[in-house]
Amino acid sequence: MSAFLAIYLREMLILRRRILRQAASWAVSPLLYVLTFGCALGATFQVGGRSYLEFLIPGLVAMASMTQAFAIATEINVARFYFHAFEEFQAAPVGRLSYVLGETLAGISKAIVAIAIVLAIAWLFGVRLHYGPFFWLAVLLDSFAFASLAVAMAMLVRSHADQTLLTSFIITPMGFLGGTFFPLDGLPAWARGVLNLLPLSHASAAIRADAFGEPPRALHFLVLAGFSAVFFILACSTVGKARD
Amino acid sequence: MIRIEKLKKSFGKKLALDSLSLSVGKGELFAFLGPNGAGKTTAIRIMTGLSRKDSGTCEIAGADLDREPLKAKRLCGLVTQNVNLDGELSVAENLDIHGRLFAMPGKLRRQRASEYLGYVGMEDRAKDLVKTLSGGLKRRLMIARALLHGPGLLFLDEPTVGLDPGIRRKVWSLIKRINQDGVTIFLTTHYIEEAEFLAGRVAFIHEGRLIQEGTPAGMIAKVGEWAVDTFEGGAMRSDFFASREEAGSFLAGLPAGGAVRRANLEDAFLDLTGKRVL
Repeated sequence: MSAFLAIYLREMLILRRRILRQAASWAVSPLLYVLTFGCALGATFQVGGRSYLEFLIPGLVAMASMTQAFAIATEINVARFYFHAFEEFQAAPVGRLSYVLGETLAGISKAIVAIAIVLAIAWLFGVRLHYGPFFWLAVLLDSFAFASLAVAMAMLVRSHADQTLLTSFIITPMGFLGGTFFPLDGLPAWARGVLNLLPLSHASAAIRADAFGEPPRALHFLVLAGFSAVFFILACSTVGKARD
Repeated sequence: MIRIEKLKKSFGKKLALDSLSLSVGKGELFAFLGPNGAGKTTAIRIMTGLSRKDSGTCEIAGADLDREPLKAKRLCGLVTQNVNLDGELSVAENLDIHGRLFAMPGKLRRQRASEYLGYVGMEDRAKDLVKTLSGGLKRRLMIARALLHGPGLLFLDEPTVGLDPGIRRKVWSLIKRINQDGVTIFLTTHYIEEAEFLAGRVAFIHEGRLIQEGTPAGMIAKVGEWAVDTFEGGAMRSDFFASREEAGSFLAGLPAGGAVRRANLEDAFLDLTGKRVL
């Protein structure tokens, strides 16, 4: 199992070299959302008796968790198609499980750093929420699911351009529709039904519930755990497909 | 050390390897010589687990690549044609990650990293970022990395491609030394002089098929050890002879003149395929 640590350590060493640039880039989107949607637009209305800014922050946490965990796919593709460093793993005695575990854990770690930045921005804007164990459990399941999906997709794509398409067609729409910016309750039943199929909808709901000090709903955690398991198994089964 | 039988691989309709069979013994320095696109890299990628084969068998030091892929990989080192180092990591970090991938204990990793950096003449570059190294240093680092876990078999895929002649000679000396230290080497190249200088045994590969194998001297002797090059009707022609005297007599009878030289593996390849290696 030391191979899984090697994969993880490599990603963390690269992150350490880039951390200042990376942290600055991770702060840009949440800061813009907080300023435009949270402060400017959100000042005119409330959601469920809370300010829109308070409603928005858990959604941004869920979105940051998803996008930064999924971004591990880009790192893998750079290693595969640009630096060819992926060949080093293919030629080494590294099992599929070790590889997927190492990359998934790296995706989760990056997501946690990105979430810390979102929470720091929230604190700077005066938002004080509850960050209990269920908040972090939901964050972990959300990032685990999307990091696993990222590994699977990174193994299946044939070029870096394909990866960009996946982000445009899957991650960006989910980021906007998965209960991050607006409550799903106000939607027609059919739309709510469709959006409830998205893992991010359940992550947003679970994170928001704990942030607001509400009791957790098992359904959200079960759905996230289910997606995590399916995506992780998918990732393990696709590692061999990256060979030509 | 290596035994492959009836190896086949296609990319779409293009047949890259056509029932390739060969074996390499322990301690050999074996060169796979052929033009670009002949199937050399495909063969090496299959033997090291980077590519899948369509059919055939492949055994590395007694371990079947299908049944025991991790065991086979543990016994091999690989230097790929592309530089596949992590440019954003330092020299020492690249070696450390490699050692961890092969489950080497920390003390042994550090000891071997220091030893092999010295071996390739890079002991003072451990802290440098790889992206700041020259092409020749990157190639030497790749060799040090491939040796770090102590493999008995080293695959070198075009190890000197893109290097200037001076650096190429240094890499050749290094490869010779590694082989003399007991490591079996499987080398692919399209440089004639590289195969002649380094290899104890050479195999020609052409359009995915192994067309001849033997010692460089033996393969050249089959064609004739001496060549006379003449230029007739806008094309160059080479005639081969067993001795320099025979070549000289032939040249003396040519009204347009020509040049006598020693035959090489390129001539042997040309004789078999009608095509040049380069």
